[in-house]
Amino acid sequence: MSYHSPTELALALDIAATPGGKIVAGGTDVYPSAKQGIHPDHYLDLTRVAELCGISQTSAGWRIGAATTWSQIIRADLPPAFDGLKQAAREVGSIQIQNAGTIAGNLCNASPAADGVPPLLTLDASVELASAARGTRVLPLSEFVQGVRQTALAADELVTAILVPPVPLDAGSCFEKLGSRKYLVISITMTAALVRCDNRGLITAARIAVGACSAVAQRLPALEAELIGQHINDIAVRPDHLAPLSPIDDVRGSGLFRLDVVAEQCLRAIRKAAGHE
Amino acid sequence: MNKDAALKGTAFHLDGTPVTGFPAPGERLSEMLREGLGARDVKIGCNAGDCGACTVLVDGAPVCACLTPAQQVAGRQVETLAGLYRSDPIAKDLGSRFEDHGAAQCGICTPGMMVSAVALLRETPAPSTMQVQDALGGVLCRCTGYRKIIDAVRGVTPMAQAAEGQVGDAIRKLDSAPKVSGHEAFGDDVAPAGTLEIFILRSPYPRAGFALGDTQAYVAATDGIAAVLTAADIPGRNVFGVIPQFMDQPVFAEAETRFRGEAVAAIVGTPEAIRAFNPADFPITWEERPAACDIASAQAPAAAQLHAGRPANVMCGGFVACGDAQAALAAADVTVEGHFSSGFVEHAYIEPEAGFARMVGDRVEVQACTQAPVMDREALEIILGLDASKIRILPTAVGGGFGAKLDITVQPYLALAAMKTGKPVRLTYSRSESMQSSTKRHPSDITLQIGATKEGRITGFNFFGAFDTGAYASWGPTVANRVPVHASGPYQIADYRAESRGIHTNNPPAGAFRGFGVPQSAIAQESLFDVLAEKLGMDALEFRILNALENGATTVCGQVFTQGVGIGKCLESLRPAWAAEQAEAQAYNAANTVLKRGVGLAAGWYGCGNTSLPNPSTIKSGIRADGTVVLHQGAMDIGQGANTVITQIFATALGTEATGIEIIGADTDITPDAGKTSASRQTYVSGNAARLSGEALRAQILDLMNVAKTAQLSFGDGVIRATDAAGAHELTLSELTPDAEGYLLRAQETYDPPTKPLDANGQGEPYAQFGYAAHLVVVEVDTAYGTVKPLKFVAAHDVGKAINPMLVEGQVHGGIAQGLGMALMEEYLPGRTENLHDYLIPTIGDIPPIETIIIEEPDAHGPYGAKGLGEHVLIPTAPAILNAIYNATGARITQVPATPARVRAAIKALSE
Repeated sequence: MSYHSPTELALALDIAATPGGKIVAGGTDVYPSAKQGIHPDHYLDLTRVAELCGISQTSAGWRIGAATTWSQIIRADLPPAFDGLKQAAREVGSIQIQNAGTIAGNLCNASPAADGVPPLLTLDASVELASAARGTRVLPLSEFVQGVRQTALAADELVTAILVPPVPLDAGSCFEKLGSRKYLVISITMTAALVRCDNRGLITAARIAVGACSAVAQRLPALEAELIGQHINDIAVRPDHLAPLSPIDDVRGSGLFRLDVVAEQCLRAIRKAAGHE
Repeated sequence: MNKDAALKGTAFHLDGTPVTGFPAPGERLSEMLREGLGARDVKIGCNAGDCGACTVLVDGAPVCACLTPAQQVAGRQVETLAGLYRSDPIAKDLGSRFEDHGAAQCGICTPGMMVSAVALLRETPAPSTMQVQDALGGVLCRCTGYRKIIDAVRGVTPMAQAAEGQVGDAIRKLDSAPKVSGHEAFGDDVAPAGTLEIFILRSPYPRAGFALGDTQAYVAATDGIAAVLTAADIPGRNVFGVIPQFMDQPVFAEAETRFRGEAVAAIVGTPEAIRAFNPADFPITWEERPAACDIASAQAPAAAQLHAGRPANVMCGGFVACGDAQAALAAADVTVEGHFSSGFVEHAYIEPEAGFARMVGDRVEVQACTQAPVMDREALEIILGLDASKIRILPTAVGGGFGAKLDITVQPYLALAAMKTGKPVRLTYSRSESMQSSTKRHPSDITLQIGATKEGRITGFNFFGAFDTGAYASWGPTVANRVPVHASGPYQIADYRAESRGIHTNNPPAGAFRGFGVPQSAIAQESLFDVLAEKLGMDALEFRILNALENGATTVCGQVFTQGVGIGKCLESLRPAWAAEQAEAQAYNAANTVLKRGVGLAAGWYGCGNTSLPNPSTIKSGIRADGTVVLHQGAMDIGQGANTVITQIFATALGTEATGIEIIGADTDITPDAGKTSASRQTYVSGNAARLSGEALRAQILDLMNVAKTAQLSFGDGVIRATDAAGAHELTLSELTPDAEGYLLRAQETYDPPTKPLDANGQGEPYAQFGYAAHLVVVEVDTAYGTVKPLKFVAAHDVGKAINPMLVEGQVHGGIAQGLGMALMEEYLPGRTENLHDYLIPTIGDIPPIETIIIEEPDAHGPYGAKGLGEHVLIPTAPAILNAIYNATGARITQVPATPARVRAAIKALSE
């Protein structure tokens, strides 16, 4: 057993190509899922790889390093379209978790209730992957997360960054989470909305994503399309808008309950994203 | 990091000092700090980031040490509570405020709370309540209800006084200093690093047959494994249980397991070997068998019988009847009935069961967290086949108990492993095995009919409650007995019938949990009282006041208290808040459609001490040659404050300052049995023993010195000084002959509450005293989501005499937090919620402000009039919340927890 903490991406990719390893960054999912008596051959700690840390703006939009923590996202200077992501960041576990947990870790863990996914879907985010053997590739987030605990990450690959294309600077965004207590709570349902209205209150752009109501968080394209041109005070969410969702029954609530409340949650998220409420 | 780096270790600054640890690859920071570097002030509650007890600062930022790879802190600054308290004035001041507010009860979460708060206060010296909540939201506390912690962090004016610590003084807890400095030693904190560890192999199925392979060959073939223990290794009897007639639980299952999580073997080995131990490699085969996991299936004809002699899986029942309930109901002007249910509730103390054992000569010494050290010793006598003189129980600090640490847990495995290997051993349950194997609050299934005259007098009350007692009896018989005695609530009911039944299932044993079944029965009774009052067109509070017990009235057990009945005053004290809050809620609701506010009430009573059974406490005290007054305080302090309360009572009786007394804890070698910390009995029963001990010691001194009864005493410098009307007198202690323990004067006294047995109809005198309570709560319901947010509590408690008002408030806050959890979010589902992120307890953001009204209706039996309090508090909380939900929405919730899904479904059903 060994513990590797490289500072350069090239070395990290070489280590990632060695089978039997466990990638660790914040440790917030690695340790809770550890099993008694089962240890990896080696750990690959990505937190000291400079290329993986921090947020930068490029001509292609924003680049969020894979090992960027939720606390760093909360503190970053970003346009209002990222408010939903920041609100989600504040809901990831606790401050202790936000100080350690990383954005790529949240995606790679691929929980249906991952707080980061719905707001990133509304930002049209994509995931940059790299391997020593094949170089870099980019996948839309919706293609990267494939199911419960399933992603497109190959065994020798690392997520290197989350890429967000340019956002409308006058768009607002919001993240709504429903849980049974105030802090440290796994979502029953959650909704992210990114909305732009004109000065009459008519919606000109809308992106809505719902988490914890399907194996992978889903955008709601039919709702998004219908919202265009509607006044923010007149919007409604109908069952057919929620067709992409397939919520299950679990300890936190039934599938029927989730569908019931998520319609209301979409309304609230859209209104808050538009600055109404 | 390559191998060279591993040899060099992980160098970093720990609390400002350069240190180097040598963690295994991927070892948790918490483990390196605690075991490699001796920083036992870092507490481990869950190892999953769910409780925050292990919070440390890395480069100034709070993180969970249990989730941080040890290697990750190389070159960084790590700060823990002990270091912060030593060197950072912010932490030192904060610690002082924690003491002044009683913000550390058991103290297990205190390191996480204080470290998180220091990070906040460094950036925000004067935080708002919301800022404190946001900063501390990642640390769970099960004792305090959080409000005292918020007050301490914010620095609001404290309640504690710089007083002598007489009865009635709100002094700091006498044992709080080590809790805020990081030096308190809990169950996992006493073993030296490197001590042999124990892994317990548990049943993965609710019911299973199993066959062990060649465990001796496994030991021989596996590096670092010192022993494997099974039922065959038990020198005495493989059985334990807290009630002699119902002892039924094996230390290790034999041939068949009866619940998921039941122990079948213990593997003893070096820390490295236990870390490497993979259960899949162990020689055992399992055969899953059909299990009965609820009351109905356990009573079905096809269900397997769990225990011989308990047909239909009925463990036992309880019964109380007076008058003629059926006839009264038939004649009543108005009747109501209802069906109520609740699930398992987990104690969720932040300290998992933990301990250390070693052989000292031919004696075995067990240091573990416990609520009942002498009962632990009695259990070990049977299991180990040893005389009591060969066993020493040395309790550690207890990081919360709430009833589940009354039963033995780690103790037999520790003792057996120490005896088998001859070496010191340690054992700490993981959070999931703690949740799987410890006792729970009984799930309940209750039907109730209540009648009333049109004037509002209750006439006829018929209660039946079935309780899932799980695979073993534990304290189930106590629940079965207590419920019918208490199901009336603190009211006058002449025609009453209450029957309870405990049913065995293949679930974890249900046992003692704050209230012994009474919180469940109170949900039914107090909910139906509201239904009844509404049907009568009466005000819910006035209806309760009309029917409340009073001095001279007869209880449903035929007991008449001529004094000390304080429920009327509790209820009456809520009148102003009841009127004001209802008006406010109505105004709010007129202006809001989705959010609705409601106000709810409920009351409760609880008998202090064992039900019609002896439960004596003995308290010993003495005076050393140097003048030190020593109190052998055997009443386990599990955070509630027994160390302080018992000492205040003793000090008052002796006539000296509590703060100057040396307290010796419940070491079974040197401290007499003060009974178990349960049944809200310590303030009352051990408090009386302490009073008697103090009075006896004082009498000896007055006699020896021949001074007046009212003489003022002081102790120190080898003399006792007495001042009376005749002047000052001195007794030089060196003139007296010390006894074997070095005491020149000593007094040992015992108190046992006067009770009388219950007859076949439950008539008798079950308790010498009851305590009384009434709660009011305001809630806000999001009718679209089904979420319920309590906004405010007003809690009136008749405690007879508040020995320490700050600790009274602490108990009220903590009990309300647990009652709120039971009402709104807590439900343990075996196999599904075996951690603290699927099993939810309230966080610091879930507990609203609590106004405590202390009622002092003195009790003739209580020390200085005092009554018990610990369990009383959470009895009214849940029904008050359910009544408030109804008041807000019109939806009556009859199953707890009232999760968003259940509340929303009930609201939707109103319009369907």
